[in-house]
Amino acid sequence: MAVERLEEGLTFNPSPILLQDQSQVRAGGVVTTISKLTKTCVLRLTPDNLYFVLSGKVDNGGVGMWCELSQAKFFDEFQLEGVSAEANEICLELAPDNLSRALKTAQNAKTVKIKLTKKHCPCLTIAAELPTMSSASRVVTHDIPVDVIPKRLWNDFKEPSMPDFDVSIYMPPLKIMKNVVDRMKNLSNFLVIEANMNGEMNLKIETDLVSVATHFRDLGNPPWAGGDGSQAGANSQRDPEAMVQARVDVRKLQQFLMGQQFNPSKAMCNIVQNTIIHLILLYEDVSLQYFIPAVA
Amino acid sequence: MPLSTQSQTDDAQYILVASLDNARNISNILKAITFKDHAIFSATPNGLKVTVEDSKCLQANAFIQADIFQEFTIKEDSVGFQVNLTVLLDCLTIFGGSTVPGVSTALRMCYMGYGYPLTLFLEEGGVVTVCKINTQEPEEPIDFDFCSSNVTNKVILQSESLKEAFSELDMTSEVLQITMSPNQPYFRLSTFGNSGNAHYDYPKDSDMMELFQCTKTQINRYKMSLLKSSTKALALSCKVSVRTDSRGFLSLQYLVRNNDGQICFVEYYCCPDEEVGDD
Repeated sequence: MAVERLEEGLTFNPSPILLQDQSQVRAGGVVTTISKLTKTCVLRLTPDNLYFVLSGKVDNGGVGMWCELSQAKFFDEFQLEGVSAEANEICLELAPDNLSRALKTAQNAKTVKIKLTKKHCPCLTIAAELPTMSSASRVVTHDIPVDVIPKRLWNDFKEPSMPDFDVSIYMPPLKIMKNVVDRMKNLSNFLVIEANMNGEMNLKIETDLVSVATHFRDLGNPPWAGGDGSQAGANSQRDPEAMVQARVDVRKLQQFLMGQQFNPSKAMCNIVQNTIIHLILLYEDVSLQYFIPAVA
Repeated sequence: MPLSTQSQTDDAQYILVASLDNARNISNILKAITFKDHAIFSATPNGLKVTVEDSKCLQANAFIQADIFQEFTIKEDSVGFQVNLTVLLDCLTIFGGSTVPGVSTALRMCYMGYGYPLTLFLEEGGVVTVCKINTQEPEEPIDFDFCSSNVTNKVILQSESLKEAFSELDMTSEVLQITMSPNQPYFRLSTFGNSGNAHYDYPKDSDMMELFQCTKTQINRYKMSLLKSSTKALALSCKVSVRTDSRGFLSLQYLVRNNDGQICFVEYYCCPDEEVGDD
């Protein structure tokens, strides 16, 4: 296949990626969730996985996101030729909303092909073969403009390490949490989220006009909380009833909860006292991590 | 903590405790009168009255009788305070606004007296939310001096008939004119907007008319912006009584049935628009 040279010696090999039967629906669901979390993000393509990444910089309001999809679970064919043999990956910046809309069109497609192409600018081209009344099919193509991220910037989009959390707890049903946070947003700009090793989590707001505290009980704590070597030292001294808290911008938490359309098989929350909250959602074939920094 | 353990420790200190198995039985009614931020709460052994006023010309009162509540304990003859109604509603609906069949929010509303916040304990599906809402000194509600003995004209209609009219009202009209008369057109709502005049007539022998007692022809105009505030109460109600007195003051009384079929009342008083005199 023709190879084209672009800036900084990064080459494109327009290899097709073929989505599995109906996995475009699940992929579409993931991308729609991401599009509700952020306007732009980075898509990292490696031979084994796809990642949607937000780097947690000041211009995102400090929010970070890491969404991982195993390519084998979504694609029938996956051919990737990255920058070099050692750095066999491609990093693109795009608007997930564009991708989400293209995948929606492709929902009923017989096949979906994704290719990197160069039109007037670098593009991710989605070609969906849609059924028609006759035996012939028609192909609908979406060209999604992307920005190629040069290799020297790839460090910004590494997998985040698990923070040295003070508490780790399973989240309450996301729907209930979303309803409560929606109302709390009407009352205050900031919300305190606190939890302990006894399966208890509280959401609290306090203003001049009103204070509201919602108490969740019997949530359970993941086994790694206190079990993992590095965490056990800190946690074993901690009173299981003692609350660990972080104060966050309520809109950031609301935005995270708004995007969740599907019930994850596991949902966890790690809190580093007054520093950051780390939300982890695990689905059958996707994992999503979201970092919200604490404010004073 | 569950609502029941709360009661054992603090009950003695509260001068007002009101409990509902379904918080919607109070939040729906309060939503109907939330056209201003502040509401005056007045509790007596008979129940709760919530008053909202607008520019000294409109007053809405919602009455929730003591027997609507699963528990209603009051330690004084009269307890009054003022709260921010929008904040209160956000708290009452903390678990979400939509209805899921079989799931309801239980409410316990408690007040310790002057200077203390209004405390709400809400529970749904094992999750408990505690809200403390600051209260203020209650303002004195306006006395519209509307008494039954001074009523000139009165009709009682099924709300269905008025709902349609109110939803179509020409909002470009500054006033809503109400004509009540023992003669034609009997009961008429009129608007005068940019696109022209519109009239809604309700004959006295209409199916919708449950009671018709008009003694004298009266034509009164009321500011549209004020009366529009009554639309939500109308939407909740099954019957409405419309009365005017000799001064042209308007009283609208809405009969509202809650989720459990119990009856509450919402009433509106409105002054006539000063630019136009009575007939």
